[in-house]
Amino acid sequence: MEIINAFALIINYIIIPGLTYGCQLALGALGVTIIYTVLRFSNFAHGELMSLGAMTSILITWIISYFGISIFPLPTVILALPISILVTISYCLLIDKYCFQYHREKNSKNVISLIVSIGVMFFTSGLIRVLIGPNDRTINDGERFIISAREFKEITGLTEGISLKLSQSITIIVSIISVALLFWFLNKTKTGKSMRAYSDNKDLALLSGIKTENVIFYTWLITGTLACIAGTLYGLDKSYKPFTYLQLVLPIFAAAIVGGIGNPVGAIIGGFVISFSELLITFSYNKFLSYLIPINFLPESSLQLLSTDYKIAISFIILVLVLILKPTGIYKGKLL
Amino acid sequence: MKTDLISEKKYINVYLVCAFLFLLVGLFQSWNVAFSILNLCLISAIMSIGINIQWGNSGIVNFGVMGFAAIGGLCGVLISMPPTLEVWKDGTAVILIILFSFLISGILVKKFLKKFIYNKYLKILLSITFIIFSLYLIKSIFIPSINFIENTNSAKTGYIGGLNLPIIFSWPIAGLFCGVIAFLIGKIALGLRSDYLAIATLGISEIIIYIIKNEEWLARGVKNVNGLPRPVPYEIDLQKNEFIQTLSNTLNLSVIELSSLIVKGLYSILFILVLLIIFFLLQKAIKSPWGRMMRAVRDNEISAEAMGINVKKRHLQVFIIGSAIIGISGAMLTTLDGQFTPSSYQPLRYTFLIWIMVIIGGSGNNHGAIIGAFAIWFFWIQAEPIGIFLIELITIFLSDQNEMKLYLLNHAAYMRLLLMGLVLILALRFFPKGIIEEEKRL
Repeated sequence: MEIINAFALIINYIIIPGLTYGCQLALGALGVTIIYTVLRFSNFAHGELMSLGAMTSILITWIISYFGISIFPLPTVILALPISILVTISYCLLIDKYCFQYHREKNSKNVISLIVSIGVMFFTSGLIRVLIGPNDRTINDGERFIISAREFKEITGLTEGISLKLSQSITIIVSIISVALLFWFLNKTKTGKSMRAYSDNKDLALLSGIKTENVIFYTWLITGTLACIAGTLYGLDKSYKPFTYLQLVLPIFAAAIVGGIGNPVGAIIGGFVISFSELLITFSYNKFLSYLIPINFLPESSLQLLSTDYKIAISFIILVLVLILKPTGIYKGKLL
Repeated sequence: MKTDLISEKKYINVYLVCAFLFLLVGLFQSWNVAFSILNLCLISAIMSIGINIQWGNSGIVNFGVMGFAAIGGLCGVLISMPPTLEVWKDGTAVILIILFSFLISGILVKKFLKKFIYNKYLKILLSITFIIFSLYLIKSIFIPSINFIENTNSAKTGYIGGLNLPIIFSWPIAGLFCGVIAFLIGKIALGLRSDYLAIATLGISEIIIYIIKNEEWLARGVKNVNGLPRPVPYEIDLQKNEFIQTLSNTLNLSVIELSSLIVKGLYSILFILVLLIIFFLLQKAIKSPWGRMMRAVRDNEISAEAMGINVKKRHLQVFIIGSAIIGISGAMLTTLDGQFTPSSYQPLRYTFLIWIMVIIGGSGNNHGAIIGAFAIWFFWIQAEPIGIFLIELITIFLSDQNEMKLYLLNHAAYMRLLLMGLVLILALRFFPKGIIEEEKRL
């Protein structure tokens, strides 16, 4: 019983939140990685693209709920998601046409594209704040819990409860679906293969008749979709605050780089590495150990490697460490 | 020489435009606003010179402006505030001794690893064990003294305090300190390629901010340090001065306004002095063979290396110089504010805005960096009125009570972000060389 309690504690405080946050990071990192492999620049605006997607979802949700449509117990945002994905994709295509295309055709250094993406970041964050304001907004209007800690305790009779929020399970399910679709697209379809060929060797791909515009169109299509889904899921799970998405950019980059930038599998693994190490390093193991070893042997301190204040800083520390020790990340190579 | 003269004249025109803009603000808004904009413009100009020497002259992408500015600010606190004597014996001294011994033992361990351990992975493993072990030790030894410091009079001090020196000393010391930190960062990070270096420095600067925010014993963290001493007289003292009172009568200004004008003016004079010193030193450096070498490294690293230039060493050198300059400006900023607020350090305001200044002004030219800083900071402050004007223009056919219009007007403050992004994108597209382009040298 004691061991089961210890596991319940770990599942409740580490595995479920880690999986959720990891999924959100992985979706974001996939977007960054795909832009990096195909267009060869680090897109600092990705966080704001996610924010834009989440904002559009909220605006459309308001319209939908105005007409009284709801799919309770599921949150209404799910209905809004397809439309907001379309909006985000169109925004991505617009910024590509007016900001990035020129520098791509001029063969500017990739640092210039990076700085352009910072301009896009400023512009988008300004646009978002003008349209919806900087305030905190809750998206979740559905059922809160699938199973709450109290119910779990009553059912199983354990002292430790496991709670599973609806938003968390939605996050995990939607992420799995979109990642599966993405991999199917990249590996099985002709367009996906041409994208991989383009990222592998641009000149060779052009010679074999692959059209640049098509590849770039699909790149932004995928990026916009992923950004919108990731942003909306993040907003659904926590709450929508425009400035948090700016802080999300670095953890996303950390995830992409830890996994090996340019590698989709790496991006997903990287997302989970970041999210779990954030939780594992700041978790206080005192209670966990109290179930496993006799109370007398238990040390008095909280058995925490770093205090929870440093939670977000951990992703930066991992990022810097990986960049210095092994810049290629877990999976080497730039192949898409 | 001839081209030099012509270009210098061109710069004078641009500076005159800047002066004219300040005159407009002074006449139409108020002289107080004009001087506060000018002071921040000067500080931003020093920051953007720091970035310009790194990016414009040597091609290093440093996104860690925020971190260095914060370290500079921290120096301002640690130099100028009175020391908290109650905690000296059981708190500060203990921490200093422990930090020092860890530094020594860290160096020793590194030497040991370098000499005796050849396996790369074993080395990494051992250093990670050392770090975790020392973290544990630090926690167990530090926590009592940290708690002691933080709990002693926590409403007023609750930190180790400073050295009680005039705050103006903190400017060069911040430069030195930031140089040392930049040396450490550059040693480990400068081997990275441009994009990676950008992300790494951004990450490091975030870590620095996190440490300053959360280690309350150092500078009170998010509780802020207020009331830093000033290098210039206080307004209240000026108001009592008879000469000022007679002056205010003759100028037909209220004493309060005049005194705050004088204070701001004194700050401006100090800042202009610092700016001029840094500017002339750097101009000399850029025109010397050293500057030519840096540009050779920027334009083609491989051929520069083939010519026998130690590229890594040059990069490190310029990274240290630029970061030290940013540190100086960070200390100046806290001096101007009179307080140190770690939570105000945001990458958007410090890192990216400074970068926009350099890009708009014209990278590779220090005149450009100054002009860019002036233009962008001016625009950043004045973007709200411009935004309101734009919204009025767009919604001119709507009535004044229209909800849409009111909503947009309420959010006009955020137009500055939008306009700033637009300016950056347009500038990179249409004037990639900036307002003042790099001097062509033969």
